[in-house]
Amino acid sequence: MPVQPYIEAISAALWEEMERDKEVFLLGEDIGVYGGAFKVTKGFLEKFGEERVIDTVLAEAAIIGAATGAAIVGMRPVAEMQFADFVTCGFNQLVNNTASIHYRWGLPVPMVVRLPSGGNIHGGPFHSRNPEAWFFHQPGLKLVAPSTPYDAKGLLKAAIRDPDPVLFFEYKYLYRRIKGEVPSEDYVVPIGKADVKRKGNDATIITYGPTVHVALDAAQDIAGSDEYDVEVLDLRSLMPFDKEAILQSVKRTNKVLILHEDTLTGGIGGEIAAFINENAFEYLDAPVRRLGACDTPVPYAPTLETEFLPGKDKVLKNLKELLEY
Amino acid sequence: MAKSAAPKKKQSKANKTFDKAIKKTLTNQKAPLEGLDLSEEKLIQIYRQMLLIRRFEEKAAQMYGMEKIMGFCHLYNGQEAVAVGANAAMHETDYMLTAYRDHGHALVKGITANEVMAELFGKVTGCSRGKGGSMHLFDAEKRMMGGHAIVGGHIPLAAGFAFGSKYKAEQDVTVCFFGEAAANQGVFHETLNMAALWKLPVVYICENNRYGMGTAFERAFAVWDIYERASAYNMPRDVVDGMDVLDMYRKTKEAVDRARYEHIPTFLEARTYRFRGHSMSDPIHGHYRTKEEVEEMKAKDPIINFGELLKKENIFSEEQMKEMDDEIKKIVNESIEFAEKSEEPPLEDLYTDVIVE
Repeated sequence: MPVQPYIEAISAALWEEMERDKEVFLLGEDIGVYGGAFKVTKGFLEKFGEERVIDTVLAEAAIIGAATGAAIVGMRPVAEMQFADFVTCGFNQLVNNTASIHYRWGLPVPMVVRLPSGGNIHGGPFHSRNPEAWFFHQPGLKLVAPSTPYDAKGLLKAAIRDPDPVLFFEYKYLYRRIKGEVPSEDYVVPIGKADVKRKGNDATIITYGPTVHVALDAAQDIAGSDEYDVEVLDLRSLMPFDKEAILQSVKRTNKVLILHEDTLTGGIGGEIAAFINENAFEYLDAPVRRLGACDTPVPYAPTLETEFLPGKDKVLKNLKELLEY
Repeated sequence: MAKSAAPKKKQSKANKTFDKAIKKTLTNQKAPLEGLDLSEEKLIQIYRQMLLIRRFEEKAAQMYGMEKIMGFCHLYNGQEAVAVGANAAMHETDYMLTAYRDHGHALVKGITANEVMAELFGKVTGCSRGKGGSMHLFDAEKRMMGGHAIVGGHIPLAAGFAFGSKYKAEQDVTVCFFGEAAANQGVFHETLNMAALWKLPVVYICENNRYGMGTAFERAFAVWDIYERASAYNMPRDVVDGMDVLDMYRKTKEAVDRARYEHIPTFLEARTYRFRGHSMSDPIHGHYRTKEEVEEMKAKDPIINFGELLKKENIFSEEQMKEMDDEIKKIVNESIEFAEKSEEPPLEDLYTDVIVE
């Protein structure tokens, strides 16, 4: 299988879906002539033309609202937020309009909003956020957050083909740092299915997005130094999340650390923890632990950002305490 | 939608409109200083402020290349006359807000080169103690109220400052800068309507540098004379030559006085140009504009042209300029040294000030 960086897998998914289905079109700020802030759509304008690769004005509410309307009439828009943080300017459209159309009217809204998320790139408070929890709390939206090129391509294809609005969280930090095997033939990663990224028996780290790699790193370290065998369960889809996979893993390892890059309080980890407590309490050998970023805005200074993020050292500390419980 | 997405080589119709509007400049080209209430000392200060910004930005670019500055960094080269000319018309106690291309505004509002550079370096001595970085420069004492990195997000904040000043019967005016792309955010229209309705002492200055990142303004605006948008809110409006610091001064002065003494807001569109890429990751001209266009615009360099004027009027000599340049370069170099030597923020700073303690 060819090896591709994470960002190229995203581009490839968009490219192939546009070739496959004429109703798929892209809209967003600077995605055409400029090729996208991160160059995800470089070369798309030349190939697909400006009718399908639309440079919008700088207006997120208008972008999301227009995408929603186009989706209702049978198009398959993929809207890009230049940074996930900017989705705040289109928040009303997404949570009030987009999310409730099908509930109110019975009409599908097959659209995707791509959200370049996350920190570790020293973007400061308005260019580094992980906003998934805001939307996790909004019924009517699906949320996916791939950590590998394989998952990114397969989930983006699934999202584009899905009849519901899907928020696609992609990670700036992973764009060029993570490479992986990606099939050249058509495939999808089904929405709602988690993936065991590392097998283990002593504890499970439930995570998604960039912290999958932090978890794998920590699991590797602890296997070497303490001979513990830690499982890493990558949720991949946040809404719906894979309850079956969570229960299977928890019932086997009996100890859980939930890890995400989003800030801790009110994050998705709380909901996962509640689910485990309600459904697998008698299998637990220790209280469910959670680790996320600190409950502060994202700081710019690299020293502070490192302290802010849930890095490997913090994961190892949590894992050790959990394993020794 | 326009048929051709790629920017044309020749000067487009929109850019001709751009130049035509600038001809409405108040500066009398034959006698540029005529009728001006600026002392020679003040004129020299204006020149100095523009030069400081230019030299600072050149150094910042160099430091970014050396990875001393990280993340996103947007330089102000070419647009200096806008912030400096407008600031010259403001009182020191007037509030200033701007977007993410904010180094120039911070410097002209009196934040020191040391504090700005240290912020870019992410050091504790920076004006936001390293927490904000390039796009979030701030100093309440100097009334530099940011540095805002969501496009258009600060436009209503400025209305709030102006409301506060008016309510408390203070004489302060709020001057709010933003790029032309911000004028396409809904909040721009929401706020201009409110500011006009409430008769707020605020001046909105749209810095039209022709490109919202890589999107030419003619591809983003249904009406190219952006200043005319204020007509929808019955707000006084004007277009300014943003490459001419004296035109910036004159028109901002009119607007600031109107705000201060009559509580009437104004919308100014300053037509300007950035000489560098959108950010440090964008090459100088990119795919969205031509090298020739950039070179052509450099003939309108606001610093060189204003310097020539000062020489011609015998206000400032070539020699004095050289001396000033050396002094400024020293200040900027010292800011590097200051930032280098400054401490990283202590880790406990991460947790402080999230709420009032």
